[in-house]
Amino acid sequence: MSTPERELTFAEAVREALAEEMRRDPNVFIMGEDVAEAGTPFKVLSGLVEEFGKERVMDTPISEPGFTGIGVGAAVTGMRPVIDIMFGDFLTLTMDQIVNQAAKIHYMSGGKMKAPIVFRTTMGATRRSAAQHSQSLQAWVSHVPGLKVVMPSTPYDAKGLLKTAIRDDNPVVFIEDKMMFKMKGFVPAEEYTIPFGVADIKRRGEDITLVATSSMVQVALGAAEKLSQIGISAEVIDPRTTSPLDKQTFINSAKKTSRAIVIDEGYEAYGVTAELASVIADGAFYYLDAPVKRMGAMDVPIPFSPALEDLTVPTEETVFEMAKSLCGRN
Amino acid sequence: MTKKTESNTKSRPEAVDVEQWLHVYEQMVKIREFEEKANELYLKAIMPGLTHLYSGQEAVAVGVCEALRREDYITSTHRGHGHCLAKGASVDLMFAELLGKEAGYCRGKGGSMHIADPASGNLGANAIVGGSAGIATGAALSAKKRGSDQVAVCFFGEGALGQGLLYEVMNMASLWKLPVIYVCENNLYNEYTHYSEALAGEVTPRAKAFGIHAETIDGQDVQLVYETTKRLVERARRGEGPAFLECMTYRYYGHHVGDISRTYYRSKEEEQEWRETRDPLKILADKLVAGKLTDQSVLDHIQADVRSEVEKGMQFGIDAPYPDQSEVNEDVYA
Ligand SMILES: Cc1ncc(C[n+]2csc(CCOP(=O)(O)OP(=O)(O)O)c2C)c(N)n1
Repeated sequence: MSTPERELTFAEAVREALAEEMRRDPNVFIMGEDVAEAGTPFKVLSGLVEEFGKERVMDTPISEPGFTGIGVGAAVTGMRPVIDIMFGDFLTLTMDQIVNQAAKIHYMSGGKMKAPIVFRTTMGATRRSAAQHSQSLQAWVSHVPGLKVVMPSTPYDAKGLLKTAIRDDNPVVFIEDKMMFKMKGFVPAEEYTIPFGVADIKRRGEDITLVATSSMVQVALGAAEKLSQIGISAEVIDPRTTSPLDKQTFINSAKKTSRAIVIDEGYEAYGVTAELASVIADGAFYYLDAPVKRMGAMDVPIPFSPALEDLTVPTEETVFEMAKSLCGRN
Repeated sequence: MTKKTESNTKSRPEAVDVEQWLHVYEQMVKIREFEEKANELYLKAIMPGLTHLYSGQEAVAVGVCEALRREDYITSTHRGHGHCLAKGASVDLMFAELLGKEAGYCRGKGGSMHIADPASGNLGANAIVGGSAGIATGAALSAKKRGSDQVAVCFFGEGALGQGLLYEVMNMASLWKLPVIYVCENNLYNEYTHYSEALAGEVTPRAKAFGIHAETIDGQDVQLVYETTKRLVERARRGEGPAFLECMTYRYYGHHVGDISRTYYRSKEEEQEWRETRDPLKILADKLVAGKLTDQSVLDHIQADVRSEVEKGMQFGIDAPYPDQSEVNEDVYA
């Protein structure tokens, strides 16, 4: 136990995980746009180039498919690259390298090859960045066998999960919410890792289950607090990784509460919420008192205008209202 | 002032109608003033999000667009205000868009990085670096298929030279002799990195390797940019195929309005030198005055008129209402 309590921002937690893993394993290196002196536009990597040098914190041209592919090649030949894809929206440029190459190489080679590589990228709206810089594309990658997908919601989880991601022998897509980089939280000074596929119960409750990912965990916690004021006790569960997925923890919770809402900032249509809801519907069918509800981004390109953008993503208020009505309160 | 037609432009800049150069000057001043106000809106926290200012690069957008007709196409970038204004957008509707208002060019849905105005041939600014290379080349293909003599100009920063898409479409443009001009605005920096750290070898030989005519010019000299583009546009209209024009230029402000401390990637002296010795507005003004084509009072007058137009436009944007919430679902499908 570390005392006194040490607080880091989400960005600092990510940076610390990278620094520790780079010290531990000389094969780990970072590659991406403006990752060195600039430390990325979000300043998440500030200071790393000073410690590890430009050979291990490599600035690239604006060539996402190229450096992603180079990362895959380095991974299959003994390195452990961490590829920085500045905005999650740019995942679309890299999809062939991630989906057709990295994700399949182990299986297609009959288990002879492996690609231990981390693709760090971002997600999240409400930054007034418009339709090409605001998407949350976790469903796209969670859909692909061979990829692992991590969506941390606290600085503690970010650090522990990123260390696990770097040590994993598979391609891992690690998605950070841009709006969370400045969020502070407890991070012990001692070494720790967090295993994939283990959900975390962020708040205990009896009346309704809120399963939420990444940015939506704080939204769910805020809603749970409000619900408690009107006598509804909500349990908030964070799967932490969408692949592998810890189904049992939230099935058990839904069995206990008999009501569930799943919340993810990606689009609702064919989204992460669809998968999570079907897991609950299947696993807790006989225990449910209400249909499982899904809340995600509205199925529209994210608009620029603040007057419109704020309508597109779930908020504490909308989750609160949905939970209230699911519990039969008006 | 009215836009000049092809017929009254001569090959030597000095001989060209003074009216046209005054119009060109006015356009550049408009962009400069617009960006000053955009920065102010950011600093006063009136504008949502961030924006990428075009100040310093005015001669490229204006010189190129002056050589185009209204029905010719352009595609623009994240640093696109200058392209949009030079192609004929009006400042009030631009400000309204920057502020996310219903009256804006995209009804508030696009914002600074996505201004599109098909009525003036602007097929849209693009927030994906190099993302419009396909669209511009496709517009040129379409012009050719329709038997029109329109040309398309693809504006992009030198950072887009890292994108593979550009090379794929240049190959096809050359194979099919498409009327497209690739205008590379080399302002020396990809975000926070000098381009020499991101670019191997040379620039124009890349286009030449595809059999595309390519030139590098001083992008601060609007007369040169205009004359060169005019020549490339005429070639394209005659069916002689695509061209590539690298314009050397400089952005005065940061990568975006929030990029204030920049000394870790470029020096204050460098910024100062460009502002003092390579300013596109000053270069044109000095030439016009020294050549006795106009006098300073005329230029001052233009400046004052533009300033009041921009101020009015900004106020229009501020006063304009936000879109109704019901619009969030509109226009997802045509
Ligand atoms: C595909 C893609 N990668 C990365 C970015 C992030 N980004 C925005 S602007 C920029 C630098 C662009 O440099 P350049 O093309 O030279 O244009 P300039 O900003 O200098 O006008 C980068 C990396 C992006 N928008 N799109």
